Amino acid sequence: MIIRNGQVVLKDSVVKKDIRIENGKIATIADYIAPDGSEELDVQGKHIFPGLIDMHVHLREPGFEKKEDIESGSKAAVKGGFTQVCCMPNTNPVTDNKVVVTYIKARAKEVNLCKVHPIGAITKGLQGEEMAGIAGMKKAGAVAISDDGVAVKNARLMRLAMEYAKGFNIICLCHCEDKDLVDGGSVHEGLSATIAGLKGIPRAAEDVIIAREISLAETLDTPVHICHVSTYSGVRMIRDAKRAGIKVTAETCPHYYMATDEIIRTYDTNTKVNPPIREEIDKQAILEGLKDGTIDCIVTDHAPHHADDKNVEYNLAAFGISGIETSFGFAITYLYKAGVLTLPEIAEKMSYNPAKILGLEGGEIKEGGVADLTIADLEERWVVDPQKFVSKGKNSPFSGYELQGVVDYTIVDGEIKYKA
Amino acid sequence: MLQRQDLLGLIDVSKEEITEILDLAHEFKTRIKAGEKKMGYLTGKTATILFYENSTRTRTSFEQAAKYLGMTTINIEAGTSSVAKGETLVDTGKTLDAQKNDFIIMRHPMGGAPYLLAKTVQASVLNAGDGINEHPTQALLDMLTMRETFGSLQGLKVAILGDIKHSRVAKSNLFGLKTMGAEVRMFAPETLIPKGMDQLGATICSSREEALKDVDVVMGLRIQLERQKAGNFPSLGEYAANYGVNEEHLALAKPNAIVLHPGPVNRGVELTSAVIDHERSRIEDQVLSGVAVRMAALCLLDEARK
Repeated sequence: MIIRNGQVVLKDSVVKKDIRIENGKIATIADYIAPDGSEELDVQGKHIFPGLIDMHVHLREPGFEKKEDIESGSKAAVKGGFTQVCCMPNTNPVTDNKVVVTYIKARAKEVNLCKVHPIGAITKGLQGEEMAGIAGMKKAGAVAISDDGVAVKNARLMRLAMEYAKGFNIICLCHCEDKDLVDGGSVHEGLSATIAGLKGIPRAAEDVIIAREISLAETLDTPVHICHVSTYSGVRMIRDAKRAGIKVTAETCPHYYMATDEIIRTYDTNTKVNPPIREEIDKQAILEGLKDGTIDCIVTDHAPHHADDKNVEYNLAAFGISGIETSFGFAITYLYKAGVLTLPEIAEKMSYNPAKILGLEGGEIKEGGVADLTIADLEERWVVDPQKFVSKGKNSPFSGYELQGVVDYTIVDGEIKYKA
Repeated sequence: MLQRQDLLGLIDVSKEEITEILDLAHEFKTRIKAGEKKMGYLTGKTATILFYENSTRTRTSFEQAAKYLGMTTINIEAGTSSVAKGETLVDTGKTLDAQKNDFIIMRHPMGGAPYLLAKTVQASVLNAGDGINEHPTQALLDMLTMRETFGSLQGLKVAILGDIKHSRVAKSNLFGLKTMGAEVRMFAPETLIPKGMDQLGATICSSREEALKDVDVVMGLRIQLERQKAGNFPSLGEYAANYGVNEEHLALAKPNAIVLHPGPVNRGVELTSAVIDHERSRIEDQVLSGVAVRMAALCLLDEARK
């Protein structure tokens, strides 16, 4: 296949090029490629990104197929422009052994849309008591380990898990949350929480565990990745750690760089997410962290839920936002168009860095590289309507938001898996 | 005319609306005092009183108010109903709506629950207390007693002392009193003051003296033993010694200041018995204000629905 006239988002520049794909690889990138009889795709005016990678999603299968499954989640992923996703282990049974890892890989292969990489649990059953079968999961295809949804409460066990995982070259993705400080809170602790009469979660609940994981990474001289950073103070600690040479990387989500906790005041349970959406000062720090490289990746923490889990009292509602179909639009609208990040920087946060951190293929458009590509129109406007999501999870608080940036094609291993 | 069909909180209730409720409540209170107990303005209407938390005071006050107005009332104690079997609030609301209730009066342990119910049902929803959020009729009855004592709420200085953080009463009073032009001071251990109260217009005081100096109203809030157990302060004794109000402290207030408390009181903790039983205490008057304010709210919501 030859893709013609696209604005190709390279590592440091955006240039108009033709791209020839052969056997699932990028064979040639050139100003002009002569027809060779293969299929041609003219994408004049569109941009070509390295296939987007979301290293933090919840596909809910096995166990919670009412919320999402690997098929619906994959359809949503490719619609959102993602060629690879990494799914968290809070399934039922928990992805804490090679059997579940193997199952997820097999289901994803049957579905055959995006690449699905399982993330294994750090501890058995996410219970924080005994280490899960890390080596077995790695051999079966797990790309990282995480107890996402909870922090490993026991610091000694976390230390041992990070130390043990180092031997298998597998990284810990750390969900940072001190449950004692959360104390049943459901929104960010601040003025909005007080106005709504909802119990707040202080920044410290996140920050104390970020500090702990950074300290462990330094002590053990091993890489650690901080999930869904939401606080300004967390950004500062990660920045300081990086300057000190500690091997820490970090991710954030769209709802932390484009929203503030005022949106909880209507009691829309779709605004309930963990960590909670925080204040303007946090949002600004997250944007600054994205800009200066403190925050390496943008993920969605795609957390689909059934309406039954959300159409209840705010305190009782499940945490999580269905975000995989809006992430690209948010990035283009709130980061690129707003002048926060350049297109190569967006590609870095949403493709190159996740690939690098997890050792995945892809992440950049280069000759000889895998032909995972996301082709998008950056001018086209659209309005978020969660009821039109292909994900089973319609739980987005951003209904009615007007965004720019529409994914036209998602190409995985040289095959068009999604076409608008 | 009220600009709403539900009374969920005082956060967005205007000065005109509060005045209208208090005016009518004052009239009802006067008539009840005169011995009139049958005022059939809402004869034929039904109210379901749905309480997810135990309460005697507020529940019976609403029931009394409804009955004085000639309404039929049904009490649901959530612990003994289908709710205990796991029915969701939305489904419970739909059921009550299908029975053509005119009003649902709900107390719920979670903030915002009345908003969910109001979104679900046709009936008018009255919030009888939702978690740590609001308790609008309590604040209205407090304001009625204050207004009857001083003639106006404009410029009144009100000190609220006690567990502000977990108090829906403090918050509804803050919203209502600020709207009516009063000054609100708060005093409590740092652990019992939520973030942002100052941004909402309260003056957070750093001493009992600062809080009580020249105020017109001293309002105590109940200190629950469970807050001590949860680690908010070391002991009830230490609370009383540092944050409680005795007669000496009361003397800091204006000579004609009144004492209020939403009840039930912990004698000797937030207020000493001498303060509770003081000639300037209006704690008993608050009870009748409660019935009158709830009657007014029911009547005016009914009018707004038409």
